[in-house]
Amino acid sequence: MKTVQDSELEYFDLLETISDPEIPVLTIVDLGIVRSCETISEGKVKVVITPTYTGCPAMDTIADDIKKAFAKEGLEVVLETQIHPAWTTDWITEKGKANLEAYGIAPPAHKTSDKGALMGRDEVRCPQCKSTNTEVISQFGSTACKALYRCKDCLEPFDYFKCL
Amino acid sequence: MTKEEALYEFLIRLGDNALILGQRLGEWCGKAHQLESDIALTNVALDQIGQARLLLTEAGRIEGKGRTEDDLAYMRGEMDFRNNLLVEQDNGDFAHTIVRQYIFDVFQYHLLKGLQKSSNDFLKAYADKSIKEVTYHRSLSHDWMLRLGDGTELSHQKMQDALDDLWEYTGELFEMTEADDVLIAEGMIPKLSDIKKIWEEEVEATIQEATLKVPDTLGFMAYGSRKGIHSEYLGYILAEMQVLPRSMPDAKW
Ligand SMILES: [Zn+2]
Repeated sequence: MKTVQDSELEYFDLLETISDPEIPVLTIVDLGIVRSCETISEGKVKVVITPTYTGCPAMDTIADDIKKAFAKEGLEVVLETQIHPAWTTDWITEKGKANLEAYGIAPPAHKTSDKGALMGRDEVRCPQCKSTNTEVISQFGSTACKALYRCKDCLEPFDYFKCL
Repeated sequence: MTKEEALYEFLIRLGDNALILGQRLGEWCGKAHQLESDIALTNVALDQIGQARLLLTEAGRIEGKGRTEDDLAYMRGEMDFRNNLLVEQDNGDFAHTIVRQYIFDVFQYHLLKGLQKSSNDFLKAYADKSIKEVTYHRSLSHDWMLRLGDGTELSHQKMQDALDDLWEYTGELFEMTEADDVLIAEGMIPKLSDIKKIWEEEVEATIQEATLKVPDTLGFMAYGSRKGIHSEYLGYILAEMQVLPRSMPDAKW
């Protein structure tokens, strides 16, 4: 007989197969938006997620993807959104950060407890040539979570997953 | 006035500000002078719409009549909106948009700071979440204030014109009603008069640094939104924003 812990581990394996629709190398577990996942009754699972940005349009897609993934296993999902405590880039896993950099997006440079991070004074490393001789082009990038940077050594522009 | 009525009024005020400003900023999509500004303004718009969704959903819950965020956004008329006159003002040129944004960002930032200490769980959670985003908004509009104010002769003049046009809408941001008194007594919201002082200090320092002048409105300030009296702009915004859900009531995305 399976224990509760076993099934929760399996749920997380399932959640690990779902990625952020805008950043496919980042699973929603690596993104740090899954708060909890537990059986509430036979065949019914409660998943609690915390949105990244309040207006992030990817959240609806992610919610649908979670429901679909569990439905394939014959499970029904009751999805809950929790805004407190607020999501922070500190919750992105180390694996997630490594995957981001390999994909060409510089991961958040600091813990958000460092005030310089919010003011755009991060030391951001170019994901191409690894130089830290970079400059911000715009604090707002192709999605709500990214800023636009440029490398002054290899001259490549790149996305930076900004601290929040 | 009951605590619930006061809270509903306050949530609607905040939610409508976020909704109308988000709608206004969205008008810049595809029209800004450079791609970075276009993307930045629409990102700010998205954050504001996100805030509006949270606030209007909660307002509907507190009201207890079963109204959803969509009912409140799309099915209310002009007189029921409580957004400040400032946020409904025309985008005008880029200078007008930046001045409007900066004035509002500093206000919103310090209001959220106050709400982080709220005794109301929702308001506290909302503030903790949104202040992180608004910190970026304020940094964007602040940088443009300096860059354009202390820029060329032409950009300086355009910024001063925008300040002169919009300054009369700043007084109303801090107007308090019976709802404020009720909620202040409950420890739910900060006093707007306290925020006014911090706001003035910060905004006036930036205006000075940008080599601009604080306008003299000879004591005149425009009021009305707390009672649902708006400028001519709001009706047009609502017409554009509400036409689809009103003509096809059960339309889903
Ligand atoms: Zn490089």
